[in-house]
Amino acid sequence: MKRVNGRMAAVLWLGIAVVFLTAVTLFGWRVAESALMTDFSRKNLPPNGAYFFGTDWMGRDMFVRTVTGLSMSIRIGLLSAGVSSVLALFLGILAAIMGKTVDSVITWMIDLVMGIPHILLLILISYACGKGFRGVVVGVALTHWTSLARLIRGEVLQLKEALYVRTAQKLGVSRWEIAWKHMLPHLFPQFLVGLILMFPHAILHEASITFLGFGLSPEQPAIGIILSESMKYLAMGRWWLALFPGLFLVFTVSLFDMGGESLRKLLAPGSTHR
Amino acid sequence: MVLEAKNISFRYGKETSRILNDFSFQMESHERVGIVASSGFGKTTLCKILSGYEEPDHGEVLLDGKAVSSYKGYCPVQMIWQHPEQVVNPRLRMREVLNEGDEIEDRIIQGLGIEEDWKNRFPAEISGGEMQRFCIARALGRRTRFLLADEISTMLDLITQSQIWNFLIKEVECREIGLLAVSHSPALLERICTRICHLEKSC
Amino acid sequence: MEEKKIILDIRNFSVSFHQYEKGFRKTELAVIRNLDVTVHEGEMVAVVGSSGSGKSLLAHGILGILPYNAVMGGELWYDGELLTEERKKALRGNEIVLVPQSLAFLDPLMKIGSQIRRGKKDRESREKLDRIFAGYHLKKEVQELYPFELSGGMNRRVLVSTALMGNPRLVIADEPTPGLHMDLVRRVMSHFRELADEGAGVLLITHDLEQALEVADRVVVFYAGTTVEDAAASDFQSEKTLRHPYSRALWRALPQNGFQFIEGVQPYVKNLPVGCPFGPRCQFYTEACKEEIQSREVQGGKVRCTLDLHTGR
Repeated sequence: MKRVNGRMAAVLWLGIAVVFLTAVTLFGWRVAESALMTDFSRKNLPPNGAYFFGTDWMGRDMFVRTVTGLSMSIRIGLLSAGVSSVLALFLGILAAIMGKTVDSVITWMIDLVMGIPHILLLILISYACGKGFRGVVVGVALTHWTSLARLIRGEVLQLKEALYVRTAQKLGVSRWEIAWKHMLPHLFPQFLVGLILMFPHAILHEASITFLGFGLSPEQPAIGIILSESMKYLAMGRWWLALFPGLFLVFTVSLFDMGGESLRKLLAPGSTHR
Repeated sequence: MVLEAKNISFRYGKETSRILNDFSFQMESHERVGIVASSGFGKTTLCKILSGYEEPDHGEVLLDGKAVSSYKGYCPVQMIWQHPEQVVNPRLRMREVLNEGDEIEDRIIQGLGIEEDWKNRFPAEISGGEMQRFCIARALGRRTRFLLADEISTMLDLITQSQIWNFLIKEVECREIGLLAVSHSPALLERICTRICHLEKSC
Repeated sequence: MEEKKIILDIRNFSVSFHQYEKGFRKTELAVIRNLDVTVHEGEMVAVVGSSGSGKSLLAHGILGILPYNAVMGGELWYDGELLTEERKKALRGNEIVLVPQSLAFLDPLMKIGSQIRRGKKDRESREKLDRIFAGYHLKKEVQELYPFELSGGMNRRVLVSTALMGNPRLVIADEPTPGLHMDLVRRVMSHFRELADEGAGVLLITHDLEQALEVADRVVVFYAGTTVEDAAASDFQSEKTLRHPYSRALWRALPQNGFQFIEGVQPYVKNLPVGCPFGPRCQFYTEACKEEIQSREVQGGKVRCTLDLHTGR
C-alpha cells in the first residue's frame, strides 16, 4: 500500500468538498417543494429520529429547509462569484495591457463602485432587476469584482515587466498570445483564491438584502431568511432553528475554502513536494 | 547591415548617476565585436538599449538608419541574457519556449546539442546550461540580424561554454549575423571575436 | 609542508529530494551522490562543477539550511567532531559563515550597514565595517541604503563583506563573484586568500575553473553529483598531471588551451548512468566503468576512475 502523501491528501479534500457541495446543491433542488410543506400536527419539535433538525412553528422540516436553503445559497454564491471574478479578470487584464486611456477608465470604475457602500448599490441593482434570484445574482456580481480586478491589474503590470514577457514581445509574439500564454496561467491561482474569498461574501450579501426585503422573496427558504426568522424563536428556547442552518452555512463556507486551498496546492508547480 | 548607437545617454530613474553618457558605437553584421569594460560601465544596460529593451534618455539606436524601437513585431536585434532562467516562463514547457522563436531550424537545435527529450520538460527540470542552449536557439530566428550576448557563458562550465561558442561562431558567420559579445574573460573574447572594443567610463 | 589540522571533512556526502512525478508517485531524486572534500586550516579549497549541478546544496547542507524536502546522507566532520544539526545552528554565523550566491539572502527591509553589523552599533564594529567597505570601493553612504538600491556588482561586494565582519574559522563562499569584473573578482578572492592565510579554512564553491585555479590551493572537480578528482591547483598547469578524463576535457576547453569541446552534456540527475557518471562521454569507457568506482589516491591527489592516466593503464 502506498502511504498517503501531500498530493493525495489534497485530492481527497478536494474530492470531499466537491462531492458534498454537489450533493447538497442537487438534493436541495429536488426537495425544494417539501421544504415549503407545512403540517401543524408536528410543529415546534426538537431534533429527533424522524426530523434530524427538528421542525419550526409551522411544522416545516428544518432538515429539508436547511438543505434547500444551502443549495440556493451555493447556487447564488457560485453563479455571482463566478460572473464577478470573470468580469474582474477581464477588466483587470484589459486595464493593464490596453494602454493609458483604458486603464484610467477602468481604474475610475473600480473607484466608483468601491466608493459607494456595497449594500446600497446592491439594493439598487437588485431592485432594478426585479429582485428575486436574478436580481440578487446580478447585484452581487456587479458589486464584488472590484478588489479582485485591482489585484489582477497590479499582477499583470508586474508580469509585463518580467523579462520573459519582454523577451516574448521582442520575438514578435502578439499581445493576445502573451496574455493567453504568459499571463493567464500565472493569474489562475490568484483568480481561484479571489473566487473562493468572494463566495462567503456573496452568500452573506444575499442573506442581507433578502433580510431587508430587496432580495429573494420570503417564501423561498434561503439560509438568510431561515436565520432571520428563527431570531424571534431563539428566546423561546428553540435553539435548533438557528443552530443547524448556521452550522451548515459555516461548514459549507469552510469546505469551499478547503477545496480551493487543495486546488491551489495541486496547481502550483513544484510546491507540493512535501 | 549596420547597428549604430548615436550619442546615447541613459540613467535609471532620476536620482541615480548616469550609466551611459554621450556614447557612440557602430558595428556591421559581418563583425564579431567583443566588449571589455570596467565594472559599473553598464554593459548589460548597453545591450538592453541596443536591443530596444530600454529607451535611451538622449540619442538613438539605428539599424541601417532606422530606429530599432520602430520595429513592430519581431526585433532583428536579439539579446541573450546571462541568466536564462529569467527569460523563460517557468510555466511553459521548453518546446513552447522554443516555439516563440522565429521558425527555428532543426540545424540550430541539433547544433546546440538540444535533445528531443528536453523539450518536454519544464524550466525547473533542466540545468542552466541546457536552458541557455534553448535561449540561444530561440534568439537565432530567421529574421535575426544582430545578436547581443551578455555574459552568456559566465554561468556555464568550460565544456558547455566551448560547445556553445564553437557553434555560435559558425552560425553567425554563415548567416552574416553581427555578434556583440560581453564577457569578463579576455581570453574568451580573444578566441571568439574579430574586434575587441575597450570601453572607458566617459563621465 | 607540515600537517595542518583538518577543519572540515566531508565523506560520502549525498543530498536527495522527494518529488512528485506525474500523479501520486513520489520519487527520490539524488542530486549529490558522492561528494568528498576536506578543508585544512589555512587552506582554500575550490569545488568546481557546472551550474545547476547541485553544488550549492553542499553549502546549504553544511549550514543546515537545506529545503524541507531534502534528505542528507554521509558524514560531515567539523573540527574533529561530527557536525550535528544542533552544532550547525550554534556555529553558523559565528565560526562558519556563508557568502551566499543570491542577493535574496539579504533582508530587503534593513539598511545595509546595520544588516552587516547585525545590529551592533559600537565604535569598533563601525570602524571595521568602514575599513572593509573602503577596501571594496564602497562609499560610506552605501551603509545607509537598502538592498534594492544597489547595483548587482555592489550588492555582491556587500555580501562578501558580511563574511569579513566576524572572525570565522570556516568560510563557505557559494559562487561569490558572478557578474563582477575581473579586477573585483581578484580583490574579492584576495580577501578570501587573506582569511585563509590567517588560518581559516575557505571552501569556495564555483563553476569557474579559471578563477578557482588563480586562488585555491586545491581543486575538487565535481561532475553530475560525484567528485571525480581532488587535485592540487598546480596540477592544472598541464594536461599531463591531471588524473581524470573529465578534468582533462575541462582543461582542453579553456579558451587559452585550444577551446576544444567534447560532445554531450552532463546527464540529468534522473537518468544517470550506472557507475562512472562521465562514462558515456569518455573515450576510455570500458565495462569496468559500469560499476561503483571507489576514490583512490594517485600522486598526492584523489581520483575516481578505473584508469591510471599517468601510466596509461
